[in-house]
Amino acid sequence: MSEQMTAKVDVDLAQPSILSRRNPLRYVMLLAGLAVVVMLPYWIYPPVAMDILCWGLFAISVDLLLGFTGLLSFGHAAFWGGSAYCTGLIATHWGVPFPVAVLGGAVFSMLIAWPIGYLSVRRTGIYFAMVTLAFAQMLYFIANQARDLTGGENGLQGIPRNFFGIELVETDPFYFYYVGAVLILIGILLAWRVVNSPFGRVLTAVRDNPARARALGYDVERYKITVFVISAGLAGLAGGVFAVSHQFASLQELMWTTSGKVVLVTVLGGIGTLWGGLVGAGVVVTLEDFLASSGFEGIGLITGTIFVVIVLLFRHGIWGTGRNVLRRYVLERRQRSRD
Amino acid sequence: MSEFIQYTLQGLAAGGFYALSALGLAVIFGVLGVVNFSHGACYMLGAVISAVLLGELHVGFWVALVVVPILMFGFGVLMERLLVRWLLALDPLYNFLLTFGLTLILVEAVKQRYGVSGLPYEVPAGLTGQVSIGSVNLSTYAIFACLFSVVVCVAVGLLLTKTRIGMIVRASTEAPERTRALGINVGRWVTPVFGFGIALAGLAGVLAAPTRAITAEMGSNFIIILFAVVVIGGLGSILGAVVAGFLVGLVEAYGIAYAPTYAQIVIFVLMALVVLVRPSGLFGREEVA
Repeated sequence: MSEQMTAKVDVDLAQPSILSRRNPLRYVMLLAGLAVVVMLPYWIYPPVAMDILCWGLFAISVDLLLGFTGLLSFGHAAFWGGSAYCTGLIATHWGVPFPVAVLGGAVFSMLIAWPIGYLSVRRTGIYFAMVTLAFAQMLYFIANQARDLTGGENGLQGIPRNFFGIELVETDPFYFYYVGAVLILIGILLAWRVVNSPFGRVLTAVRDNPARARALGYDVERYKITVFVISAGLAGLAGGVFAVSHQFASLQELMWTTSGKVVLVTVLGGIGTLWGGLVGAGVVVTLEDFLASSGFEGIGLITGTIFVVIVLLFRHGIWGTGRNVLRRYVLERRQRSRD
Repeated sequence: MSEFIQYTLQGLAAGGFYALSALGLAVIFGVLGVVNFSHGACYMLGAVISAVLLGELHVGFWVALVVVPILMFGFGVLMERLLVRWLLALDPLYNFLLTFGLTLILVEAVKQRYGVSGLPYEVPAGLTGQVSIGSVNLSTYAIFACLFSVVVCVAVGLLLTKTRIGMIVRASTEAPERTRALGINVGRWVTPVFGFGIALAGLAGVLAAPTRAITAEMGSNFIIILFAVVVIGGLGSILGAVVAGFLVGLVEAYGIAYAPTYAQIVIFVLMALVVLVRPSGLFGREEVA
């Protein structure tokens, strides 16, 4: 059943790029992207810029599963929020520099992802989404009950931003952004590495034709669990930086709406594009910030409508659409030069 | 012992809400292959509409029990015609996401219109008070809700297994191509079945109205437990949805009674066990993976 279902995805997932490895346009785009990351806090309020990067990596972690392995995780809030709490606790109680705490949070996410992944990959397709959602909700209830540890509905407040005694980073969100950005960029680099590795090729094989991948001798379940754990680690990295940036971890981070929002960001950016997640995060975070600051209360109406519209009319997402336009242009030019 | 019977009854009453809604979810999935995320929101709408009918139009519970499912049927038909239909040919994940977006809209809209505090709804006259059986006092309404859900579940079961319509619906579920070849217009049944599934969720909402706090968020947790229900029962199975619905209701009620801290978590542990031991669910058919 699931094989037929995945075959019907009309989005051209994770195809090799139309541009050759040496094409200068690739470097231009990479440099432009880095320039945007560097300039972002000059253009917008630095904490919001940090949010964009965190949500971007979070979306990339979801895309690693959805676009490159064909698994829709609807419970990624568990790893984002789980790491947010764990990072907060480590930073508060041990007073270590925050990148160490974030690393601890990411490791914690990977630890809880293993059993969840082990159970969830037993089901495919839509069931996988439902099972991951249910497990994430279970974690939400646990966090809500463990008031002594998590602060219950009050959340975990006053998470310190220790950074080797460098006061500028510890107090000024502008300088904090650059340290946080380095952590996020490391995460993105890891995701890129995973996708462009032999391991990543096997993942696409598992996505496109699990039966055949199995026949070729690949242990499909083990590949799925491994990528699930990696993805959880990246989501944890993002969630940890997010918690330190806000100096606050709340139940909101574990809620199913957070799982849904990150899927929205991924689809808006473009499934199977990796970089699309950052673009999607840029749009969604700035939009929410704009709506909140203009006093508009029904944010759910807007995000819900965006969701319905992109799923109905704009399934390739922003990055995917851009890539298709570029592909058509390049192919036409090649055709013309041949004529 | 008398406490235990009370908890059991509460569990069965709550299980009735789950069973009715899960039945709707299962029927929709069976015929359309769509997992309707907005099912919880439809349950919520059912309850909110009955509260509004009572508060603003003074229309009572018994009328609501008939009118609300009809309204929700109409809502389901519109939803299928306007939105869900366009994505039926694609991966079911898209309709999952579409209905998720719809959930956000519905919840937010109700929140904006009726606020976050609960709408009032009283237990209908005639079903108030308690019934004493020996030394056990049981809430009359809980008994009614429980029996009513069982009757509806059995009626739907009979409809699906004993009538010609049911036969067509089941045939379209299991072998749409062959059913078409036999001269049956499968496409014609898609819209009514979707509306019917939504109507069941709305009915569960009406039944829940007198006993639950009626808020915009009342469906949010409900839908996730509903997913646990259908994973436990096996999503393709009608019987599984109903049995697992009552089972989860009981587990939840005993949890609240004996281990309130872990009440919600127990349901998910149960689901984890089922996924571990029998991935296709208690009544599900083996998945070809």
